[in-house]
Amino acid sequence: MSEAALVWRQYRLERRMFWRNPSAAFFNFALPLIFLGLFGAVFSGEQENLDVIVPGIAGMSVVSTTFVALAMNVVALREQGILKRLRGTPLPSGAYVSAVALHAITNTAIQVTLVTLAGRVLFGTGWPEDVLELVVFVAVGVVCFASLGVALAHVIPNLDSAPAYTNAVFLPLVVLSGVFYDAGDAPTFLHDISVALPLTHLIDGLSGAMVTGRGLGDNLSHLAVIALWAAGGVVLAARGFSWEARRD
Amino acid sequence: MSDPPAILVRDLHKSYGGVEAVRGIDFDVARGEVFGLLGPNGAGKTTTVEILEGYRSRTGGIVSVLGHDPAGRPRALRERVGIVLQSSGMYRHLSVREAVAHWAAMYPRPRDVEEVIGLVGLQDSADVRTRRLSGGQGRRLDLALALVGDPELVFLDEPTTGFDPEARRAAWSTVRALADLGKTILLTTHYLDEAQALCDRVAIVKDGRILAVGAPSEIGVDAASRYRVAWRDERGELHARETDDPTALLHQLTSAALARGVPLRDLSVTRPSLEEVYLELTAEQEQEADRV
Repeated sequence: MSEAALVWRQYRLERRMFWRNPSAAFFNFALPLIFLGLFGAVFSGEQENLDVIVPGIAGMSVVSTTFVALAMNVVALREQGILKRLRGTPLPSGAYVSAVALHAITNTAIQVTLVTLAGRVLFGTGWPEDVLELVVFVAVGVVCFASLGVALAHVIPNLDSAPAYTNAVFLPLVVLSGVFYDAGDAPTFLHDISVALPLTHLIDGLSGAMVTGRGLGDNLSHLAVIALWAAGGVVLAARGFSWEARRD
Repeated sequence: MSDPPAILVRDLHKSYGGVEAVRGIDFDVARGEVFGLLGPNGAGKTTTVEILEGYRSRTGGIVSVLGHDPAGRPRALRERVGIVLQSSGMYRHLSVREAVAHWAAMYPRPRDVEEVIGLVGLQDSADVRTRRLSGGQGRRLDLALALVGDPELVFLDEPTTGFDPEARRAAWSTVRALADLGKTILLTTHYLDEAQALCDRVAIVKDGRILAVGAPSEIGVDAASRYRVAWRDERGELHARETDDPTALLHQLTSAALARGVPLRDLSVTRPSLEEVYLELTAEQEQEADRV
């Protein structure tokens, strides 16, 4: 079987298993939509705030479908010994990683689409101003947060502690990066932290693409920050990747 | 010229940090042979096997598996080898059939999926999700996943640990069936009866070294080359004596019995069992270690 066919087969298996595990599906899809519904209700009628929350939740969706999902899954696969078992088969590592990445990208695409639709239908935000810009930012965001999620998995010692580690990063990240408010309105010290974080810049880019119409050319600095984090993430993800559970 | 061995190991060393887990192991496994590494826990069996499987690097020595160096994990080698690890998880949300079929597609010339499921005795559980399998059934799935690629060489790391007697018998007959198909099998075990029942040859491993190698019935001929002669005297008392020269002892016993006109009941001459050799060898080692 060709490498492409192996990627496709493994990808289809990942999709099938994903839908058979309702809790994973919940974490990926329902949580951001619940947040969108809650904050949409809070800001009901305030279009200015709604225009902040929709790209914010879209950015959060990218993080939850890549960073959170991969950190949890890599730890689970590693600690259960599934990665070690796969490593003993002829399946090339590259084909496996590609399939898992495609799986995460699919979830991200579905999620961002759902958030965009919900924003349009429920909260009167417009259709995306610049679809290309949206795709570019989501794509770079996926690489960035997927690789950071895999890198975080290296730090997580066992399955039981995976949710704690992941949320300890995820929750402060979404708050600081201005998912729920305009990061520009935050106190200076919080703002200073937020400008260093990739999610802030992803949300700024998504805001340009989805709401303000600020084009790709004007958002290159945001793209550069995410790309920088992505480069660091890829290096960290590849270094120290372990196919086996830790030995005590 | 004889075929090159399926596995060749020369002066294999492996250290973790400062600890030497494997300290100079040599052995060959011929094609079609069932070879066992027998030893207590922590002897270095799994380390050795995982080096051969390509999971671990070695610190020193030469290793060849089907003509490849496993350290580079060449795909051409992985296509010809089946691995049953000591413990490994499986995707919980797949059925047995889906899992075996998915694994089959990774190999160039897989076996028939249903046939393999039947071979390991999971035909009644083919549609069961793997998370619902019992421990023994999970172990059979491990075997099915290792066999579906139709490997020439199968590694079995403690394949029956934790099995009940019936499941062990079933696993043994599967291993014998593999051997009958001409597969080469390297298994590790700490059960003597398992080594005796399955292996053409056994290496007794302890503290990272091989203490003896040979057929289970012949192992220790050099190391513990004693015969045990037992008999019952006319009062029904049981006697036993160990000797290197059973012929002379038997002659002595039988002529004495004939001369006195008394029967020599329950006369037997036995070689030491694998278990006795194993205990003797591992005990000797301990005494040596104590002296140091």
